Amino acid sequence: MFKLVKQLTSFVAMFAVLFAFSTETMAAKKSKTLENTKKRGFVRCGVSQGLPGFSNADESGNWTGIDVDVCRAVAAATLGDATKVKFTPLSAKERFTALTSGEIDILSRNTTWTLSRDADIGLTFVGVNFYDGQGFMVRKGSGIKSTSEFKNGTSVCTNLGTTTELNMRDFFDSRGISYEPVVFEKADEVVAAYDAGRCDTYTTDKSGLAAQRTKLSAPDDHVVLPETISKEPLGPVVRQGDSVWEDIVRWSLNTMIEAEEYGVNSSNADMMKTSNNPAIKRLVGAEGELGAAFGLDNDWNLRIIKQVGNYGESYKRNIADTGILPDRGPNELWTKGGILYVPPAR
Amino acid sequence: MNNIIKKFLPQILAILFVVLIFGFLTINAQTNMDNRGIDFGFGFLSQESSFDVQFSLIEYSGSDSYARAFLVGLLNTLLVSFISIIFCTILGVIIGVARLSSNYLIKNSAAWYVEFFRNIPLLLQIFFWYYAALRALPLPEKANAWFGVTYMTVKGYYIPSMVWENLNVFLYCGLAAIISIIVLRNYANNLRDTKGKQIPVFLYSIAILIVLPLLSFLFGGVSLEFELPQLKKLSKISYIYEGGISLPPELIALVLALSLYTSTFVAECVRAGIEGVSKGQKEAAASVGLTPNQVLKLVIMPQALRIIIPPTTNQYLNLTKNSSLAAAIAYPDLVLVFAGTALMQTGKAIEIVSITMLTYLTISLTIAAIMNWYNKKIEIKEK
Repeated sequence: MFKLVKQLTSFVAMFAVLFAFSTETMAAKKSKTLENTKKRGFVRCGVSQGLPGFSNADESGNWTGIDVDVCRAVAAATLGDATKVKFTPLSAKERFTALTSGEIDILSRNTTWTLSRDADIGLTFVGVNFYDGQGFMVRKGSGIKSTSEFKNGTSVCTNLGTTTELNMRDFFDSRGISYEPVVFEKADEVVAAYDAGRCDTYTTDKSGLAAQRTKLSAPDDHVVLPETISKEPLGPVVRQGDSVWEDIVRWSLNTMIEAEEYGVNSSNADMMKTSNNPAIKRLVGAEGELGAAFGLDNDWNLRIIKQVGNYGESYKRNIADTGILPDRGPNELWTKGGILYVPPAR
Repeated sequence: MNNIIKKFLPQILAILFVVLIFGFLTINAQTNMDNRGIDFGFGFLSQESSFDVQFSLIEYSGSDSYARAFLVGLLNTLLVSFISIIFCTILGVIIGVARLSSNYLIKNSAAWYVEFFRNIPLLLQIFFWYYAALRALPLPEKANAWFGVTYMTVKGYYIPSMVWENLNVFLYCGLAAIISIIVLRNYANNLRDTKGKQIPVFLYSIAILIVLPLLSFLFGGVSLEFELPQLKKLSKISYIYEGGISLPPELIALVLALSLYTSTFVAECVRAGIEGVSKGQKEAAASVGLTPNQVLKLVIMPQALRIIIPPTTNQYLNLTKNSSLAAAIAYPDLVLVFAGTALMQTGKAIEIVSITMLTYLTISLTIAAIMNWYNKKIEIKEK
C-alpha cells in the first residue's frame, strides 16, 4: 500500500509542475512581455542569419544593422541599456513560428508587411524601417539590361519562405515566361549556388541583392537590374495580443525617425533638453509624460537617441558607410523628398 | 481485491496520465492560438498556392491548390527515396559481399569505403556532392556529350526523352512476356520435381523478354523516337538545353549522397547475414554436389536473407526520413515545398507540420509492412 501512495504522490507532483508552467502561457495579461523582459534583463530579438546592413554578426559576435538597432532602441527604452539584447538568428522559414511561440519578443528581420501576414497568423507589424522592392541580379557578361530580356527556361535562385517566391511567380506568369525556381532555405546557400552558375539570375529585395553581392567571388561581375517588381515595406513585428508591447516597439522606431526629423542625434541629445521647441523637448523627455503611457520612465526616448542614435545615424553607420546603398532613395525623410513619415510623438 | 488494485491501478493511472498530457497540450495550444487570433483548420488546402515548384512529376502551376502542392512534394520525396533505395541496395550487396572476399585489395577497399562513408554526417555529404558538383560541372554550352546524346551540366543532366507511338501495344506485349515467364517457371519447377529434368529457365526468360516486345515493334505498329536536348541561348553568356528530360543537379546530388551513405549500412547488414549462416551449411551443400553458384543461390542466400531483411528495412526507413534533408540543397521535396513554402505562405504551422509528420509516418509504416510481408514469405516454413 505504501508503494501505491508513493506512486500516486509522484503523479500528483508531476501534474503540479506541468500546471505551474501552464498558468504563465494561458493567461494573456496586458504588457506581460514588458514585465517578463524586465525580469529577464534582456530583450529577445529575432534577426536574420546574416544580411550586411540589416542584421549581421562580426567575428566576435557583435550584431550590427538597422534591424538590430530597432531591438537595441527597445532595450534602451525598457531596460536602460541598448546592449541588453539577446539576438536569435532565424531563417525566413522559422521566423514567424519563433515569434508566435514566444521564443522571441520582437522580430526585426527585413520582413515584408503584407495583409495576410498582419491579419492571418497572429502577428502585428508596428511600422516600416526600410522601404524596399524586389529586383534581379544577373551576370554583367550576359548583356541583359532589363527584366524584359528574360527568356523561357531562365533559372532563378531565391530564398524559401519569402514574399519573393510569390512575386516572382506573379512576374513571370503575367509575362508568360516559363522559369525554373531554385529555392534554398539559407541566403548563403542561394549566393553559393548563384555564384557557381546554377542560376541565370538571383532575385530578392534590392537591398538584399546589394548586400549579398558583396559575398560573391567577383562582385563587380554582377549587376542589379533597374526594375523593381514589387513593394517591400520591411519592418519590425510583434506577437498579437500585447498592445502595450506593440506600442513600445512602434514608438521606439518612431522616436529614431522623428529625432532625425528634428535634428536630434546621439551627440546633441542632452543639450536639446533646453531647446525652445516643445516638440524637441518632448522627444528628449524634458517635457510631458510620454513614457508613462507604456509604463516606462520619462527618459526612455532620450536613452534611445543617446545610445542608438537617430534613424539617419543608424542608416549611415550600417548601410551608407558600408557601401551597400549609399543613396537613401525612398528611405529619406518626407521633408527631404523621401517617404519616411511618422506620426508625431505627443 | 487488494491484488487487483495493485495490478491495475498503476496501469489505469498511467493511461490517464498520458491522456491528460495530450489533452493539456491540445487545450494549451488552442488557448494560445485563440489569444493570438490564429485560426485552426484545413480549409487552406483548397486555396490557390500561388507559388511555383522547380521540379514536379505531375502538372503543377501556381494556380493549383495547396493540396496539389502537397502531392508534388510527396511524389518528389517518394521519387528520391525510391531511386536511392534501389541504388543503395545494389551498392550495399556488392560492397557487403566484397568485404567477405578473400582478395586482400577488394576486402580492404570495401572496408575503407564503409568506414569512410558511414562516419561522415549525411548533411555534409549532401553539401559536398551538391557544391562540389556545381563547382566542377561545365556550363551547358561547354558540356561534352556523354554517350553521344546526354549532357551533364551545372544546370542539370539532360537526357533524351522518349516519344512513343502505340505505347499500349508495347505494354501489352511486356505484360504477355511476364505472364509467359511465370508459366514457364512453374512448368520448369514441375518438370524438375516430377522427372528430375532441368531446363535453363533464366536464359529462356531473357529471350522471351527481348523477343516479345521486339515483335510489337515489327508487327504492332509501335515506334519509338528520341527527342534530343538542343542547346538554346538565353543571353550572351548563358545557355540551356531544351527538349528531352532534365534531371536537376539537386536530385542527382541527393541520390548520390543518400545511396552512398545508406549503402554502407546495407553492406554491413549483408555481411552480417552471410557470416551468420554456419559454415557447415556450405560444406554440406558442396558435398552433395551443388555448384558454388547453386550453393550461394539455394543454400546460403535463403538463410542469409532472413538475417539481412529486418535490419535492412530499418535502413530503408532511415533513408526515406533522411531524404527530408533535401531542403538544404533546394530539392523540392515534401519538407521544402509543403512544410517550407506552403507553411510560410499560410502560417498554418500546426496543421502543416502534423500533416507532414503523418505523411512520413504513413510512408515508413508502408515500407515496414512491405518488408515484413517479404520477410514472412522467406522465413522458415514450419509444418
